Amino acid sequence: MGDISVGQIFLAAVLSNNFVLAMFLGLCPFLGVSGQLKTAAPMGAATTFVMLVASLCAYGLNWLVVHFDLEFLRLISYIVVIASAVQLVEMVLKKYSPALFRALGIYLPLITTNCAVLGVALFQTAREYSFAQSITFAAGAGAGFTLALVLMAGLRERLHLSKVPNVVQGTALSLMLAGMLSLAFMGFAGLGAGE
Amino acid sequence: MAIPGQKQLTHMEEFMEGIWKQNPVFVMVLGMCPVLAVSVSAVNALSMGVATTFVLVCSTLLVSLIRKVVPKEVRIATYIVIIATFVTIVDYLIQAISLKLYDALGAFIQLIVVNCIILGRAEAHASKNPPLRTVVNAMGMGLGFTIGLFALGSVREILGAGKLFGVSLFGPDFQPWVVMVLPPGGFFVLGTWLLLFNWLKQRKPAAAQPVEAHVHG
Repeated sequence: MGDISVGQIFLAAVLSNNFVLAMFLGLCPFLGVSGQLKTAAPMGAATTFVMLVASLCAYGLNWLVVHFDLEFLRLISYIVVIASAVQLVEMVLKKYSPALFRALGIYLPLITTNCAVLGVALFQTAREYSFAQSITFAAGAGAGFTLALVLMAGLRERLHLSKVPNVVQGTALSLMLAGMLSLAFMGFAGLGAGE
Repeated sequence: MAIPGQKQLTHMEEFMEGIWKQNPVFVMVLGMCPVLAVSVSAVNALSMGVATTFVLVCSTLLVSLIRKVVPKEVRIATYIVIIATFVTIVDYLIQAISLKLYDALGAFIQLIVVNCIILGRAEAHASKNPPLRTVVNAMGMGLGFTIGLFALGSVREILGAGKLFGVSLFGPDFQPWVVMVLPPGGFFVLGTWLLLFNWLKQRKPAAAQPVEAHVHG
């Protein structure tokens, strides 16, 4: 897949193959942290950063495991690197922005188990992206994740002020909203590079 | 959980926890990514459920066995490495059994590693309970997860393709509701299931009691 331009990869990852709304990756934080705009955007930024780090490391690691013929260790090494990257972000945030650290709460360490992050690493390996393509892909995936999170948070803030029947309250309503957003994002189909 | 003063659950109750009271899909809403992504057909959904159950049972068993040896500070890292090992095994197994299935499930087999249910069970249950109890609980959780996946996968396959397990249900005149097998359909169907459960819960608060008693008996 050496012939796809980085622009196409970026567009595809942000819009037509949006990680959350088209590929179902990273739904836990998407449903969990999208209550308020105030926490949604920083969460997106933190996840994007971890994605970039993970993508960089995964590129290097992949070269190593292929070089030494240890492909069965690929998954294990990826997840260990992601866990360390998350730890790093956690320490930096705790030091420089304790308020934000508290607001993100349990969802910050849970970035480790955010499938979007591991997804970036796995997809770039499966599609044999070059170095530049990998980084662009990670940036696009992060931007797409943040976009979905912010859109959802905006919608849910509106919903706080409106009257909703009891029976759909909670996750059911969030899922319906996500479905509609996903339907809207299907309009981008064909934009950028496909699967 | 073995908290003093609290009544110990019997093994049967422990097993039913995951299927009914704490169903990972419908009650806890955990591990949604694979649920929505692979539930386009009943076969995919079932195989994903079985694969996840395997990893869940094996890794919680191991976590429970070593729970007194692992220092508290590095426990999460240890759990993740254990889970990743079993996922690698499953990954190679599915590749050996059916290449077609492997292609259909794609990256989501490897993504079992980050399924919140597994790490959640390892941390919340396996690290505090003896092996037998843990395995029983994990099996219940795995079965509950599989049932949830199947509930979603079958509905989406019936509505979106007019088939169940690849067998045509409505004859050639059926106009498939294609959006159901596309991403938005996943959100809508799961949302509708949750809505249905909410509605049942609100409608019959009194009737819910006997049902549970029956299940646990």
